[in-house]
Amino acid sequence: MTVRAVADSSVGRVDGMKTLAKSEFETLIDGLIDDDPRSVVGPQRRSGQYVFEELDSAADLALEYDLTALSPKKYLLPQYEQLLTYERTDGEYEMHAGTDTEGVIIVGVHPYDLAAIEHLDKVHIDTMGDEPYRKRREDSLLIGLTMQSVAPESFAASMGAATTDSGYDLLVTDIGDRFVVDIGSFEGNELLADLDTHSASHSEVQEVRRIEDDLRGRFERELQFPPEELPTLLAEHYDDMEFWESYAEQCLSCGSCNMVCPTCYCFQVETVRDLGGDSGYQQRSWDGCLLEEFASVAQGENFREEVAQRHRHRFMRKGLYVYERYGDVSCVGCGRCTRHCVADVADPTDVYNDLWEATNA
Amino acid sequence: MPSEPTDAEPNWVHYEPEEATLVAKTTFNEIDTVFEFELEDRDELGHVPGQFVQVFVPGVGEAPFSVSSSPTKDGPFELCIRKVGSVTTAIHEMEVGDTLGIRGPFGETCDIETFKGNDMLFVAGGIGLAPLRSMINFILYHRDWFRDVTVVYGCKDPTEILFPEEIERWQERDDIRFDITVDEVPEGVEWDDHVGVITTLLPGLKIDAPNTYTIVCGPPVMFQYVQEELDAKEIPHDHIYLSLERRMHCGVGLCGHCQINDLYVCQDGPVFNYEVIKDRPEALS
Repeated sequence: MTVRAVADSSVGRVDGMKTLAKSEFETLIDGLIDDDPRSVVGPQRRSGQYVFEELDSAADLALEYDLTALSPKKYLLPQYEQLLTYERTDGEYEMHAGTDTEGVIIVGVHPYDLAAIEHLDKVHIDTMGDEPYRKRREDSLLIGLTMQSVAPESFAASMGAATTDSGYDLLVTDIGDRFVVDIGSFEGNELLADLDTHSASHSEVQEVRRIEDDLRGRFERELQFPPEELPTLLAEHYDDMEFWESYAEQCLSCGSCNMVCPTCYCFQVETVRDLGGDSGYQQRSWDGCLLEEFASVAQGENFREEVAQRHRHRFMRKGLYVYERYGDVSCVGCGRCTRHCVADVADPTDVYNDLWEATNA
Repeated sequence: MPSEPTDAEPNWVHYEPEEATLVAKTTFNEIDTVFEFELEDRDELGHVPGQFVQVFVPGVGEAPFSVSSSPTKDGPFELCIRKVGSVTTAIHEMEVGDTLGIRGPFGETCDIETFKGNDMLFVAGGIGLAPLRSMINFILYHRDWFRDVTVVYGCKDPTEILFPEEIERWQERDDIRFDITVDEVPEGVEWDDHVGVITTLLPGLKIDAPNTYTIVCGPPVMFQYVQEELDAKEIPHDHIYLSLERRMHCGVGLCGHCQINDLYVCQDGPVFNYEVIKDRPEALS
């Protein structure tokens, strides 16, 4: 869990920023790979796409990436996670909560994914008290990365998540021949202790600002209105079934939009039995509200039987329900759902802008 | 209602069940049985009427069930379970002395104590009597807190009646009115009480609407028709509570399966004020 070492408001980011050679950064990462018991993961190029994977060497980092297939959420809320193991001995069952909750060092996390993790923290740690998530998260380090490339599907700038000043232990910006690093936590500060760094100069900090400002103008997709308007807009269009059906017509209910979303956290719980039958475990695994059976109950009733109802629920949840409960619009504009939707009906900018136009035409 | 994030430490959720032992079972028919469980490490479940528990059968799975017994009953708690799937079948096959896992109790319900001084009307359809029985017995324990107590209970046919002996005792009391009906009587089954759907019992009741609190539980299709009758009686909507069923996987407001629009049945329910859910389209159909 990130503990802010430098109070941004009083000290200011100038004092919190360090400059280091790119080779020094590689030294840091290679040192962590060699010496830290935790896995060190980062963006890499695999089979024609970018993915977060375990690093063998800092040289494998693909820091130029635009968007990874899955977000680093997969390390904090794994797709499959044991909640409980059970075993029968002498006719009696023993049950034990627990799982492998060792943290991870995640290198190269873009600001929109940092924003998504901050939201997951708010839900799982600050509010609902999910112990497996908390343990893993508090034992993890996040080394953020200012975006160098922008995916054509992304609209993170519209969601205020193209840049960030929170949610990381370190945030790295490439300013050409060297990196400027913002320190976000005590742990982040400690990482730099043995490296050759110097305080970032005024012009280096200005360069970071320039890169960030420039970045916000590089997105091809955007919301035509401020995201704060989303909750009201969605509430107004809840009953507009013609609208939701127009998108749902093509939807295959595959759930890909849910699976790749960095803020989706719904899950199902299932029992996995060992072959002998006397032992096994309960696991939770990612589930999605677009999948047909998601809202069904015993004896056959399904409370979101129609594709359009499920489609609507996804957008309502992102922009209205979660906002009402937690104060966040739970879309960070990464664009993964757009990229992975087989039927091309998942793009939030299409849906939200169409709603906006319907209201403001 | 939606909870605000607070500075208070949450109760950390470990997903670890407590061991419970089956100490008694009473079978009503081929598919409905009430099971009495004793917790290994504590005397009481500590629930309030309307709450539910997650029951984990090792090797089979976990499923949510409303607690059927009142907290005013000492010792073991009761779950009335209909055999419909793998977990419920596994529980039905258990023998006294066998153990399973319990998480909970979970959920928000209505605060029955705030209904003091009023009439109480319970409307139960089928297996819906199971959660309501917890409330009915709570109210009968504190009988002098309330004015008239009425229960209407409808089943598909006489073989599906739950808690028949208890119902007989309730019917013998003069401080509670218990009306029962069945939709149909199969050939060869004896039945000398009312026949007709549950809504046929409601028009005949004399109801002091402004001073009546109503709690309804039954299959989703029933709610709408019962509500029409309650509206005919002009019972204020904020005096009506519904106990809803969803397939909760976690019980703690995370897994998303029980969501009714913005509400989580496991956290904001399963007992909801009608005023809160009547405008939420996913609540009842």
